[in-house]
Amino acid sequence: MAWIDLANPTRFLRLVDRALPWLTALTVFAFAYALNGAFGAPDDYQQGATVKIMFIHVPAAWLGMFCWGMMTISALGTLVFRHPLADVAAKAAVPLGAAFTFVCLVTGALWGRPMWGTYWVWDARLTSVLVMFVMYLGLIALWRTVEDPTRAGRAAAILTLVGALNLPIIKFSVDWWNTLHQPASVVRVDGPAIHPSILIPLLAMTLAFTLLFVALHLAAMRNEILRRRVRTLRLLQAQGARGA
Amino acid sequence: MTALRALLVRDLRIALRIGGGAMMGVLFFLTVVTLMPFAIGPDLALLRRIGPAILWIGALLASLLALDRLFAADHDDGSLDLLLMGRAPVELAVAVKGLAHWIATGLPLVVAAPILGLFLNLEPAGLGAVVLTLLVGTPALTFTGLIGAALATALRRGGLLLPVLVLPLTVPVLIFGVAASNAAVVGPVPFGTPFTILCALTLTSLVVGPFAAGATLRHGME
Repeated sequence: MAWIDLANPTRFLRLVDRALPWLTALTVFAFAYALNGAFGAPDDYQQGATVKIMFIHVPAAWLGMFCWGMMTISALGTLVFRHPLADVAAKAAVPLGAAFTFVCLVTGALWGRPMWGTYWVWDARLTSVLVMFVMYLGLIALWRTVEDPTRAGRAAAILTLVGALNLPIIKFSVDWWNTLHQPASVVRVDGPAIHPSILIPLLAMTLAFTLLFVALHLAAMRNEILRRRVRTLRLLQAQGARGA
Repeated sequence: MTALRALLVRDLRIALRIGGGAMMGVLFFLTVVTLMPFAIGPDLALLRRIGPAILWIGALLASLLALDRLFAADHDDGSLDLLLMGRAPVELAVAVKGLAHWIATGLPLVVAAPILGLFLNLEPAGLGAVVLTLLVGTPALTFTGLIGAALATALRRGGLLLPVLVLPLTVPVLIFGVAASNAAVVGPVPFGTPFTILCALTLTSLVVGPFAAGATLRHGME
């Protein structure tokens, strides 16, 4: 099956309908394995049981970034290749990316409270994730202001590309900003390298989260296609009613 | 070239005319800076310490004010279509419009900054640093804002959408603008380090802004 074959929404829907049950089952199995590993993982000698927050926190952070990368590719698909499903993919991805980034922020805050004694510090990493979250919300606002999906799609694609250029710059500036104001006193990354007993469940969890993302994304794309069909039918109906 | 110069002159003339709103940004800037001590308190030592930050935030917000009309007004009277169909590249036309907008609204902010800095008890070194960073940094704000202005026009939506989309993109400019201003007064890094990065950010935005805004207008107006 060539890449261009997927441009036909009907064919894409058929493929999604066939793939989604398998993907869901795979996701459930991956989560079963990963959660089993995560519960079995030993507590940290300093952090105790709270280290287990990491099993949700790190995959969510990874997916928050992964999602923007995927949206960037979709944006190129919209602007350069005019792939009909590219802006569907981009639109379906935005709320997912925002949700995973939100999960990352919340789990980070919950982890920070017992470890650092505060829910929030203006640490470089936290701050750049927060800016990314705000940019996700801005994209959602953009999608929600315009009714015509193709027009909104192009605007969102340009904003996504500009964001993709800007996110590394923001990350760099925020790193610089924080190291200037506050030396690393709260967050220390140079602890011992992660032991395999924790690393393997973490990787499994990341894989499970990624599978979950793909499954949710495909389902959201399907819903978006159906939603656009309903919209077109309604428009036609309204036109017919006016013509009659 | 003549077309671009004519565009620059036209935009400046419109901005300075009654209803153009060129001075509105400075007025807003003055108002924001005046309000700050009411919120923070009249403590001169504190105001001196956070003065550069106040001036930068004020300038950042003020430079966003008139942006949503930048292309929308041209779209309403049809001249935007002429720009899009004209022989000059859209990117250049957009850049010229951005330049005119900066001269009309950004430059007055830079000129007003020393006076407002006196209100905030800034010392001469800090004052000079803030003015210099604003002079270099406000073009970056305007040219980043071009993207938002083009989006607002292409989507025919103004209002709050523009700042929501544009403000996160200005984080680096704000960081290095304030950092350079502070570095001139308290250190610890030399003024040149953040200032050079600020210049780099401005140069980048001078390229990225017109291209992204031009692409938005071209795609959005089809």
